[in-house]
Amino acid sequence: MLLFVSSVLLIWGPGLAVAQEGGESVGTRLRFENVDGDRIPIEGGRVTVATLDGEAVAEGLSDAEGNVEIPVPGPGTYVLTLDVETLPEGVVLRDPDRLSTETQVLEGQTGRTIFALIAGDVTLDTDEGVSFRQILQLSVEGLKLGLFLGMGAIGLSLIFGTTGLVNFSHSEMIVWGMLVAYFFNFYGFAGFLGFMANWPAPFGAGVNLAFAALFAIAGGAGLGYAMDRWIFLPLRERGVSLISQMVVTIGLSLILRYVFLFIFGGSPRFFADFTAQSAITIGIVDITPKDLITAALSIIILLGVGLLLLRTKLGKAMRAVADNRDLAESSGIDVQRVIRSVWVLGGSLAGLGGVFIGLSEQVSWNIGFRMLLLIFAAVVLGGLGTAFGALVGALVVGIGIQVSTLFIPTELKNVGALALLILVLVFRPQGILGRAERIG
Amino acid sequence: MSLAAIDWGFILTQSVTQAFDFNAVVYALAAIGLNIHFGYAGLLNFGQVGFVAMGAYGMGLSITLWQLNPFLAVVVGMIFAAIFALILGLPTLRLRSDYLAIVTIAAAEIVRLIARSTVMRPITRGAEGLNEFIGPFRDLSPFSPGQIYGIGPIEWRGSQFFAVVVGWILVALSLLLVAQLMRSPWGRVVKAIREDEDAARALGKNAYWYKLQALILGGVIGGLGGMVQALGNATVQPDFFVAPLTFFFWLVLILGGVGRVWAPVFGAVVYWFMITFIQNTGRQLVDEGLIPTSIMDTSQIDQIRFWIVGAALALLMVFRPQGFFGSREEMALDAR
Repeated sequence: MLLFVSSVLLIWGPGLAVAQEGGESVGTRLRFENVDGDRIPIEGGRVTVATLDGEAVAEGLSDAEGNVEIPVPGPGTYVLTLDVETLPEGVVLRDPDRLSTETQVLEGQTGRTIFALIAGDVTLDTDEGVSFRQILQLSVEGLKLGLFLGMGAIGLSLIFGTTGLVNFSHSEMIVWGMLVAYFFNFYGFAGFLGFMANWPAPFGAGVNLAFAALFAIAGGAGLGYAMDRWIFLPLRERGVSLISQMVVTIGLSLILRYVFLFIFGGSPRFFADFTAQSAITIGIVDITPKDLITAALSIIILLGVGLLLLRTKLGKAMRAVADNRDLAESSGIDVQRVIRSVWVLGGSLAGLGGVFIGLSEQVSWNIGFRMLLLIFAAVVLGGLGTAFGALVGALVVGIGIQVSTLFIPTELKNVGALALLILVLVFRPQGILGRAERIG
Repeated sequence: MSLAAIDWGFILTQSVTQAFDFNAVVYALAAIGLNIHFGYAGLLNFGQVGFVAMGAYGMGLSITLWQLNPFLAVVVGMIFAAIFALILGLPTLRLRSDYLAIVTIAAAEIVRLIARSTVMRPITRGAEGLNEFIGPFRDLSPFSPGQIYGIGPIEWRGSQFFAVVVGWILVALSLLLVAQLMRSPWGRVVKAIREDEDAARALGKNAYWYKLQALILGGVIGGLGGMVQALGNATVQPDFFVAPLTFFFWLVLILGGVGRVWAPVFGAVVYWFMITFIQNTGRQLVDEGLIPTSIMDTSQIDQIRFWIVGAALALLMVFRPQGFFGSREEMALDAR
């Protein structure tokens, strides 16, 4: 499992990041991890490339560094298959079913994939396989995931706190941010306002992801605003019950998710920038610069949100409304305005979180539901309705998920988080930071 | 390139067939279960698909793994669903209803993820699913698999007609059970708990225990839906049981009217008629070029279903929460 993670981190070798001018290619780096945790390149491993229809395109052998790069005829999706016969004695795929993997090749770029390889006698389920370094590495991975989840969890928890509504469409705000960033990253405004085609970026062309992320924040804020302004404020005014509103959020999430599918298509893609990076080693932990930067940005932003909640008038009003709505209203706080701000804040945090998740994993229309369940686990763990609890919960869930892969199969790691959710409700239903009041 | 080219006869036949097919039965049974949960006991179950999956896997595994006879297999499927209800209900029924919603949606996804995992492959066959359980049921079927049965233009193959007949019998029995139960003292207590849990408790009723019973009963009926699905499709695949399916069941329930015995059946029939009608019409419009493929191609027609379900769910909840037959008072619930 660690191996999988480290392969992801280390697969982007130097010099591989950019394909040769104009030509598309697919590539991978063949390495396996031995008992000591060293990654050893494999020379002469054969990889064959085929189209999705199974038509063979090309094949290549890995060099002394384990690098394989194979030119392909054009952009598209290709299937890479590893010839296990060419692997050194004792080296096997961690998951024998992952003999072939699909990769998407964008114009002028190299489509990358990984084959997680281990020396056959290494079974990561044995206790000897768990080293301090592995735990640390996975904790860092988990911290990163937890920070990204936290961006969504705080918004969900604040909306719940101020309105009592569990927003099942919060995950679609995350995906929305991801897709807005993707759109501006590739097309700019000309993507939907065709007449701007010859204007400078960001009007006529895509911008760097760093700028596209700003559009994602704005887009998320806009969606949050729109949802409160045109959907949930009218519902509150009509006196529609919270359960009905919850079902409305579900309806919304179904519509949004399938509108995303309709526009974006089903296959996952990658942003144009920062996709292929080699990991740097800090101490004994490997991390890619993009992960380092996004994690650092998340920390800064979450600290900023914390300051906003603790120090500013608006933040205090938000916490006051979450704490006791009637009391807040009678002491002169404009509750509807606070709720609007919470939606906007939640939407923009979710939007940016979406960009980070898309950068760290991939851009996909249906990544939201998995995130939603993890965010639920986080907010329930931290105490539904508490902003800081949500953040603590998100970090625990993120780290827990990644470290748990040392003990349980990677494919079940999310199951562990969801099982934790149920256990928390049995033993401490108010969550880590929630107050012990009767919530039954 | 004209409306005249559209084969309305075909579309109508398809729609009516689907409205009474085993799929409609699956939805009806799942929604009858939800009706007990939400309509009568006020429990917010957002993971009904998990109960459906447990029923299907319980029945399938009984035959592929333990070689039980088909009748016992059905019982095991019901036990699976009941155990799932216990696991979910014991920790959460003391809590507020939105917690139950979160836990059930998560638990249903856990069931699917575990069923399709490689760890469980020796038992559940992973993502491929169970396929070899159908034989004993085919032996029970009085219909010969290849022959066509039906009324007029509405036809089924014998292999599926068995599932249709068994399914509608199960629906009838479930409705009878619900109708009788809700007229009984048990039903009155459950409804009292929905209206005011504290009041029911003050009268000495163990609200927790009644809610647990309701969760089990509705879950088992949902499990029967899973078994009809297994019978009709002759397979149990984990990815059939995805989370949105629960909300299709919710739409079926709300369409008919929450807290009405008959409503889920009406909802299921109307839902399948409408969806089949819209999708078939859409497909023919694309084929005839009346909808340009630049806007939508036939593969995207299937996505329309999710838009419709999402929009219908939201709009019904706001503007007509009582659905077709319900009464508005019964829907005046709130998260407490």
